[in-house]
Amino acid sequence: MHFIKFLARRIGHSVFVILGLSILVFLIARVMPGDPARMALGPRAPEAVVQRFREELHLDKPIYVQYYYWLRGAVQGDFGMSLFTKRNVAHDVKEFLPATLELMVCTGIIFTVFGILLGVASARYANKWPDNVVRVFSYLGVCTPAYVFGILFLLLFGYVFNLLPTIGRLSPELEYPAHATGFITIDSIIAGDFRAFWDGLKHLIMPSVALALGPMAQEARITRSSMTENLQRDFIALERSQAIPERRIMTRYLMRISIIPTVSVLGLDFASQLGWAFLVELIFNWPGLSRYGINVMLHKDLNAIVAVIMIIGLVFLVVNIVVDIIVAGLDPRIRLGAERSK
Amino acid sequence: MGKIDFARRWEKLKKAWYKFGKNPLSIIGATIVLIILLLAAFAPLVAPYPEHAGNYVNFPEASRPPSWKHLCGTDVFGRDILSRIFFGFRFSLGMGVVVISITAPVGVTLGLIAGYMKGSFMDTLIMRLTDIFVAVPPLVLALAVCSILKPSVFNAMMAISLLWWPWYCRLVYGISSSIRNEFYVQAAEVTGASKIHILFREIFPNCYGPIFTKLSLDMGWVILIGSALSFVGLGAQPPTPDLGTMVADGGKYMPDQWWIAVFPAFAIMFIVLGFNLLGDGIRDMLEVEEG
Amino acid sequence: MARRLLHIRDLHVRFDVYGGTLKVLNGVNLHLDEGEKVGLVGETGCGKTTTAKSILRILPMPPAKITGGEILLGKDDILKMGIRQLRELHSHGISMIFQDPTASLNPVFTIGDQLTDTIRYSTVEQKLTKRETKKRAVSALSDVSLPDPVRILENYPIQLSGGMRQRICIAMALASRSRLLIADEPTTSLDVTIQAQVLKLLGRLVEEKDTSTILITHSLGVVREWTQRVYVMYAGQMVETAPTKELFHSPFHPYTKGLMKAVPKLTGEGVALGISGRIPDYLNPPTGCRFHPRCPHVMDVCRKERPPYFVAGDTHEVACFLYREK
Repeated sequence: MHFIKFLARRIGHSVFVILGLSILVFLIARVMPGDPARMALGPRAPEAVVQRFREELHLDKPIYVQYYYWLRGAVQGDFGMSLFTKRNVAHDVKEFLPATLELMVCTGIIFTVFGILLGVASARYANKWPDNVVRVFSYLGVCTPAYVFGILFLLLFGYVFNLLPTIGRLSPELEYPAHATGFITIDSIIAGDFRAFWDGLKHLIMPSVALALGPMAQEARITRSSMTENLQRDFIALERSQAIPERRIMTRYLMRISIIPTVSVLGLDFASQLGWAFLVELIFNWPGLSRYGINVMLHKDLNAIVAVIMIIGLVFLVVNIVVDIIVAGLDPRIRLGAERSK
Repeated sequence: MGKIDFARRWEKLKKAWYKFGKNPLSIIGATIVLIILLLAAFAPLVAPYPEHAGNYVNFPEASRPPSWKHLCGTDVFGRDILSRIFFGFRFSLGMGVVVISITAPVGVTLGLIAGYMKGSFMDTLIMRLTDIFVAVPPLVLALAVCSILKPSVFNAMMAISLLWWPWYCRLVYGISSSIRNEFYVQAAEVTGASKIHILFREIFPNCYGPIFTKLSLDMGWVILIGSALSFVGLGAQPPTPDLGTMVADGGKYMPDQWWIAVFPAFAIMFIVLGFNLLGDGIRDMLEVEEG
Repeated sequence: MARRLLHIRDLHVRFDVYGGTLKVLNGVNLHLDEGEKVGLVGETGCGKTTTAKSILRILPMPPAKITGGEILLGKDDILKMGIRQLRELHSHGISMIFQDPTASLNPVFTIGDQLTDTIRYSTVEQKLTKRETKKRAVSALSDVSLPDPVRILENYPIQLSGGMRQRICIAMALASRSRLLIADEPTTSLDVTIQAQVLKLLGRLVEEKDTSTILITHSLGVVREWTQRVYVMYAGQMVETAPTKELFHSPFHPYTKGLMKAVPKLTGEGVALGISGRIPDYLNPPTGCRFHPRCPHVMDVCRKERPPYFVAGDTHEVACFLYREK
């Protein structure tokens, strides 16, 4: 019961945040100095064209009216026209989003799995060499921006050793598998095309590892510190005093409580990789929403910028809700509403 | 009263400092930060070719690999990369300092107010506002704001500032909302102290530790985000010796003239590492202090 | 004479922490016969819990490290036990009740998860089915007078009160029918009204099963009522041991005397009130007798040498130079 209430509150809050975000983004896009229509069409466009464009975008009306028109469209999935691609923004989003999601999912799996593994190894061998290696790695991961990893990988594995493909999602000689989910790896399996699967996977490796290293370091550090902290707790001593095998204590009792903080920050880590994806997609020419986002930003394509941010915000909110549900599942203190500090 | 309090604080500070000194990583961090500060401050004096910082062109010397003459090589215009890195530190540090000195006071004040007035309309207003700001990854919002403004270092700093305050606000909110019912706060209320006094004299001192930790870690973060903005061309513009811009430019000549991108990239890592180690050191020091 | 059950000789434990090494146990000696009930008293932080956890080999290591001594259970040295023997020790030999039931129950598992595991691993050889294990868990909970045990098995620790949690910990400790029970301040963290109830329950259960017990506490009243013999511990060492009646009648060690004086004040934390000064810093403990900076009768020799045990009567020993001649 608590849990359903908790979830309802969480979703209600998200709706509010999305609405608020739309106002914020709309304000940023419209109140900033300069004439959006002129900015979009360039200085050489005839005034009459610009004027017509203004009317089309309702730029001649007060800001709240503009927002109303925009919101009415957005709710129906219509974010207006992109000036960069000259197409409907919603159409662009639909085309580019799956590639970004595939990259995100792959990155998320890498940094969650390996982050926790490294953290566990580091706690298990605390202050021995594996711990020190992980510690050095985690500092490296925290202080190196993903685009630097991207460039280094490109140099090393793309050019020097020539192991992995450097750009795009699929080699040009291969055909995209039939569109089912938009994820090349999954679609190719559905289509039974294993060459495409393998090729798509190879394309995924570099960008997703470049993105995953930072959050992975973060996860490893948090896992390590929560495990070493919990190891000193009395409940571990009690469990040990009751003949429960050490392996079971570690893998069951210590593990479940120790990964709660790790899982709780997954949302934040996801946010940071969503941000860095903007640069990494650019470096690897990954045809995703983030690369599209950078392109429309460089072209001051207001409709598309607003749409991209709203979509990113929406993705991030969904991730956060999922993370909250997992945390609540792991931690009865939250599920039962005893600590309602949020 | 005040005197005793001061003596005790001094005692605590000495103890904390002792613990800080015991941790080699924090010392390394502090040293890195100090070195970068000095290099940035005296860049015109220590850089081997200070004139290479800006719009300098010397094509015969262009794209030279690292050598004794140019420790980190030269870029496509023949500029000494090491010199440009030293000047780049100036921009990175300057950006960090400006952004944080704008956002920290704003965020802290709002956080104190919201936390102290927990449950009130102000609390709801401020905290829901922060919810909205943190609903999108900071880098994405910074990119968007910068893209709408004219790309420049100044605008990049403004953009980052605009979306950085909520993090301070939330940090301080957590602390102030939990201690607003402590007896000394209530004592101050009963004796009729002003709101300003309660917020800044009674509650604020409890937030020093986490704030200092965050300040140091955030220097790293802001520098990273700033470099990312420059990297895509939405921050500092070309002749400016900005580390992010240098990495982006160098990236174009990547396989063959690797040094153009790699050394500025290392410089970014170095600076961020320094602030991270320092921040962790401060946190450990204060944690040990409490325990 | 009863058989000796436990014998700790010259136990040294240190903690490697940030900034140095804490010599927390510095030559602890303790023994206990079968069926005997022994008290262990001393100020907070004097090493009582560390001693208890050392006996069970459940100190968190690192940071703790046992650097010397032996702990004999019967004829076996616990410190030399392998994994298998240790498991045997935990399942049938010794169990422990911790000071704070909130900290000693894993917050993310149900009581049932934890209790059935305890029962399962202390009865491995009986190969109980799931249903039998659960039945035993239910009866273990009813043994400690908990109402509605079936429902409690489904609960998480946060859904229960402190007193209930401690009853559960008692149930867990007794479920394995151990030969020795170590109760580490079992009531300190409970409300005063609950304390008496839990103590009474524990007393009844220990009496029923005739379990040897080490009761760790800083409440001398409880010691007087419960135990046959008392150890007084100070800063990682035993400073005095005597049969309970004798100790209360004629304490020898200046520290013990101080403790006794502190009793009538009956303030919760009052133990230290009767003795000026504070427990020493383990990073740089005082030389010689660790009590000397606080001792009203301090002599030159106390600063230099560590006092050995002087026998004062059959079973009364005291580590203090004041009793050199006796």
